[in-house]
Amino acid sequence: MAGLLAVAVGLVVFTVMAFLRSSPPTVDFASGHQPGAPVDLTLQTVGSIGFGIHPTWVSYLTKSPSGRWVHTTLWDVPAHTRINVTVDQYDGGSPLRNQQFGQVVGTIGSRATLNGKSFSVINANNGNGVAHTFAIPTLGISVPLYANNGNDNLCAVAPCTFKSPHNIVKFSFMSPGPGQYPWQCFLPCGLGYLYGNGGPMQTVGYMDGFLKVVA
Amino acid sequence: MSTDETHHFRRMIAVWIVLAVVIDLVFYFAVGPHMPPGDMTSSASGQQRDFNILLLAALPVTLAVWVYWAYALIVWRGSRAGATEPEGGPKARGHLGIQIGWIATTTVIVLGLFVFGVIELIVPAGAGGGEGPVAIWTPTSHDVLPVQVIGQQWEFTYRYPTFGGFESRQLMLPTDTTIEFHVTSLDVIHDFWAYQLGVKADANPSTDNIAYTTTRQLGSFTVRCDELCGLWHGAMYNYGRVVPKSQFFAWAQGTERQNAANTKNLPPFSYTYVPDANGANGGYYPDNKDQYSKVETYGAKDPGN
Repeated sequence: MAGLLAVAVGLVVFTVMAFLRSSPPTVDFASGHQPGAPVDLTLQTVGSIGFGIHPTWVSYLTKSPSGRWVHTTLWDVPAHTRINVTVDQYDGGSPLRNQQFGQVVGTIGSRATLNGKSFSVINANNGNGVAHTFAIPTLGISVPLYANNGNDNLCAVAPCTFKSPHNIVKFSFMSPGPGQYPWQCFLPCGLGYLYGNGGPMQTVGYMDGFLKVVA
Repeated sequence: MSTDETHHFRRMIAVWIVLAVVIDLVFYFAVGPHMPPGDMTSSASGQQRDFNILLLAALPVTLAVWVYWAYALIVWRGSRAGATEPEGGPKARGHLGIQIGWIATTTVIVLGLFVFGVIELIVPAGAGGGEGPVAIWTPTSHDVLPVQVIGQQWEFTYRYPTFGGFESRQLMLPTDTTIEFHVTSLDVIHDFWAYQLGVKADANPSTDNIAYTTTRQLGSFTVRCDELCGLWHGAMYNYGRVVPKSQFFAWAQGTERQNAANTKNLPPFSYTYVPDANGANGGYYPDNKDQYSKVETYGAKDPGN
């Protein structure tokens, strides 16, 4: 009896620890990086990931240096380096919870480009609204990602391709010194959760991640 | 109490009084000025004074225990030649003077601290705490700068109604000015804790929580969320600055101009915002056909039309 109990407790502990230690993979942009050269970070946002344990969840994906789309929001980048970010945005949108995040801040020149056109503010109450934001609060970086028309036939299974309606947002910022910097979306896009703030909004690998800056 | 016991008691009291005076003086002059949260604002210096007073009261009590312990260890240790066994058991009970003295002393200390704490919570300019939407204490000064603190997962932003209602991620304050914080939230419960300012107020959705302080010193301060609010609660912090008035006005007017393109898109300044008033209608993707109600926009023009 005691043996069975010990096995049961061991299984519970193992399961809990396995859950707690589980983490999306980290895409490494730091190894082999030439000092002074910029890092190109390409992401995509999709309205529903279409696979895994939460197929309906909205998510970011990351393109690895080898060109493969990886379902993760964790990146290793070198310190004090220009990071050129390209976001292929495939999702529909809504107004922002706080229009303050419609402003581009913290990027080089405090600007970004939307489909090649420079901008510094998006009014999320107009047009297609904003799909998501890319924000690293501790670094003062925030960029709104203009949405696609929700009535269009939007991509619902990642990774999406340019055959689906999309917007391309580009911007650059300088990575700081070594450390881990959490980043997130500021638009409550957790469809089906209270005030949209649950689910993917609270989960690393979907709408939250770490910019892991290495020396 | 026997003559011998009275002798021991008087010696302990004498030692305790001397040490208590010394340790209180040392604490007051050497440690007191450095006690947190400092004296950057009226509320911070008030809290520092409160901590000092409480510790000035607590140190002699602690010392009394230590003196008794040390005295017993030295004077009544078993190996000491001629040491008499102190009387205990039934003989130690029933001393009315000691009983009354003990009860009276502890009662005075506890009730005194209780009354002091209650008074200090609100009387000295609100003590830097959130006073709710109808502040119990209000400043007499007419030179008050309102600053709105907006909590959202996971960043505080700040709105300055005096300067066109612009919103910023930076919290800048002028020195020698009474600040009227209006603390609210757009989603869950946060807590605005400006540590060095001695200001701490809950940020509740649809609630205007008012807190006052008066800036006294220049410098930077830390703002943290002090209410577990989700995944990045631990990263929900930033830094603010108290700057000279001229520098503050230059910053405020500059930021007002710089943010003008976005300020016009913000909802009209209000002490609280329901989620829809700031755009996010519950986080569900709209079909871009629903009309905004007047409640959602506080009577402002429908941003969708």
